Amino acid sequence: MPVTIAAEVLSGCTGCEIALLNTGDGFLKLLDRIEIVHMPLLMDSKYFGPDEGSEEIDIPRSDIGFISGSIRNREQLLLARTMRERCGVIVAFGTCAAYGGIPALINLFDNKDLFRRYYRTAEATDSASSPCEVVPPLLDRTFALDEKIEVDAFIPGCPPHPDSIADALDRLIEGRLPETPVQSVCDACPAKREGKGTVQKIKRFLKNARYQPEKPLGEMRCLLEQGLLCIGPVTQAGCSGKSGCAPRCIQARVPCRGCYGPVRRGGNQLLDMLNALASNGIDTKNLPDRLSMLRFSGAHSMLPRQVRKPSS
Amino acid sequence: MNPGSAGTAPNGTSAREIVIQPVTRIEGHARIGIRLDENGNAAEARVHIMSMRGFEKFLEGRPAEEVPGIVTRICGVCPWHHHLASNIAVEGCFGVQPPPAAVLLRELTLVQAHISDKVLHFFFLAGPDFLLEPGDRSVRNIMWIARKSPELAEKVIRMRYNGHMMLEKFAGRSIHPEAIVPGGFSKPMTARERDEMRVGAREQLDFARYALDFAKERVFPKFDPATMELGRITTGFLGMVDPEDGSLRLTDGVLRLMRPGGSFHEFSQREYTDFIGEHVEPWSYAKFPYARGWGDGFSMDLENPCGIYRTNSLARLNVADSIGTPLAQAELSEFRSLFGRPAQSTMLYHWARLIELLYACERVIELLDHPDITDQRIRSEVTPRAGRGVGCVEAPRGTLIHDYSTDENGCISRANLIVGTTHNQAPINMSVNRAARDLIKDGRVDDELLNRIEMAVRAYDP
Ligand code: SF4
Ligand code: SF4
Ligand code: SF4
Repeated sequence: MPVTIAAEVLSGCTGCEIALLNTGDGFLKLLDRIEIVHMPLLMDSKYFGPDEGSEEIDIPRSDIGFISGSIRNREQLLLARTMRERCGVIVAFGTCAAYGGIPALINLFDNKDLFRRYYRTAEATDSASSPCEVVPPLLDRTFALDEKIEVDAFIPGCPPHPDSIADALDRLIEGRLPETPVQSVCDACPAKREGKGTVQKIKRFLKNARYQPEKPLGEMRCLLEQGLLCIGPVTQAGCSGKSGCAPRCIQARVPCRGCYGPVRRGGNQLLDMLNALASNGIDTKNLPDRLSMLRFSGAHSMLPRQVRKPSS
Repeated sequence: MNPGSAGTAPNGTSAREIVIQPVTRIEGHARIGIRLDENGNAAEARVHIMSMRGFEKFLEGRPAEEVPGIVTRICGVCPWHHHLASNIAVEGCFGVQPPPAAVLLRELTLVQAHISDKVLHFFFLAGPDFLLEPGDRSVRNIMWIARKSPELAEKVIRMRYNGHMMLEKFAGRSIHPEAIVPGGFSKPMTARERDEMRVGAREQLDFARYALDFAKERVFPKFDPATMELGRITTGFLGMVDPEDGSLRLTDGVLRLMRPGGSFHEFSQREYTDFIGEHVEPWSYAKFPYARGWGDGFSMDLENPCGIYRTNSLARLNVADSIGTPLAQAELSEFRSLFGRPAQSTMLYHWARLIELLYACERVIELLDHPDITDQRIRSEVTPRAGRGVGCVEAPRGTLIHDYSTDENGCISRANLIVGTTHNQAPINMSVNRAARDLIKDGRVDDELLNRIEMAVRAYDP
């Protein structure tokens, strides 16, 4: 009997599923070992018959449930709960599901502000009251999966590297849970580090890092030591995959923004980074938006709701 | 899960509603609700977009130079397009121009990203409607194609994969890139990288030719009159063209808004609010853009629509006077001689998509051949300041508009986004209405019929 898999996308972007397809040949081989029983992106899975449209959602039973995206509205909450009930193992697939991801940035604002902006004051919009018929109500903020249902395994990354997805699937198919290494992006980064005390101030990323394009990455000075806000030190490793490549953003010669979430579950990327900078005597006062260090891990009440003046 | 049995209204309720939820083999989330009248004929259908994340709001306060790495997460299928439009908008705010090599690299990555997306949509999402015999919905998918035609499946899976890997190898990330930055690009292309990409690009071009031949032989012959009528509506079109010669452009062009009759207005990216308005309906989180510039308001009435225009592949081919690459231009001529200009049949989105695939492959090679592509000057330094900028590119699903203002620290004070697929909200609703009214009679529905209604949605690749 092949292992059965169900996959749902909640408040996400489908990038995690594209990353799954990016296992390439691996995806084809995978199809010999698993049976996908529910995946609205790729197959015609319906929640109910055409005359049954209702509160009850039907998802076939399966061994493993992959859920990407965070939880934003009541329907997604119901979907998450139904998946929990029907799947043997629930995997939070990607950073949105694991930590809230980019959609959790909305937790800085309340829905009233959002609706006022989106339906009443946006540049080209004919002002109207907010949609409320048929569409499921939004929750008061965006939640990571484990704030609402029990989660058995996490595959972080926005999106996760295809190698991590393939590894996780291998283990799950064998009936084991995937492992996430307690390592930071820096542990996998070849950039050259010279040590403490060389940077006093962090600057915004307004001009490119210094490096020689023809030379290997190992000859580029660490971006943090170049004064750029690279949060690799407080971000979980994994984005380099297994082929010995450098972390992805470092390959593009841009700083890590933290898309794999904290090194340890429960960690706070903002506080951890501020501590790391402070212990190196680096001044962060001139950084305009420190909360952005939580842009990928803002669920779990990490991001405070801000009181802001309404946009004009 | 039984398909609706004939003509039975749920007890006690006067109107029966047929629900398709979720709409499947599309990238987004949608629900179709079709209200039947007392005779069991479709009276009205609606496509509901069921959630919103609120990017327009939570961009406020973010340093503008960070925003191009945030808006990528609007869509995992077209992150490069959001990434570039956002960078152009930030550059508008900060008053800076990227150097020529960066302009080339940006177009290269954008066009390359179109390639994988079109393969994904034609073969993985829509293909099962055409490549498999009508039948059980449990087999209408790429997994079944893989079982029935392993060679074809292997080929398309590899092509989509290769496109992603080419981007990844050069730019670090293919899904949710960081390589485009305000002022230019984060790294130059070395001669070696260019040569490597060339090899892959030639293979992509071969594949695009194969895909078009394949479709002409195996898919388009299935566009019988009933299929050509499926979800057919008559609308205007919006897309980007070259300001000089009116040819197809995916970035760095002007916008052209064509009326159903074929006449058009051209306007710069900044002027979009003069021509485009957004209507709000109480039953969908998505807004409904319309041609405000035409001055007759908004209506999705099938007999008398007002302000309705479409975007995505068919729209781009309709508004463009020509295509600047030879193979795609030859296909466009043939397409026009068969279907006229503007072509209105919704199913022709698929055909247009494959012509664009060919264009994208040819264009990638042209760009790689450009002598400046390996130039080392790739980023102008930017200085945060208060300003406003609008960035538009053609995403696979249509014209993408990012419009930002910044405060004196260079942080976002206001953001407005109109994403490609949103332009098609009203047309998708109309096409579904049209298909439902044509197909649902006397309350009879079955799985295959409902799938045909979904095919009217899938053509738009929402
Ligand atoms: S984790 Fe990233 S790639 Fe995955 S759904 Fe969320 S935004 Fe998309
Ligand atoms: S701080 Fe950034 S550049 Fe430096 S070692 Fe860590 S990941 Fe690499
Ligand atoms: S370098 Fe950081 S932000 Fe970039 S992919 Fe890796 S974990 Fe994500």
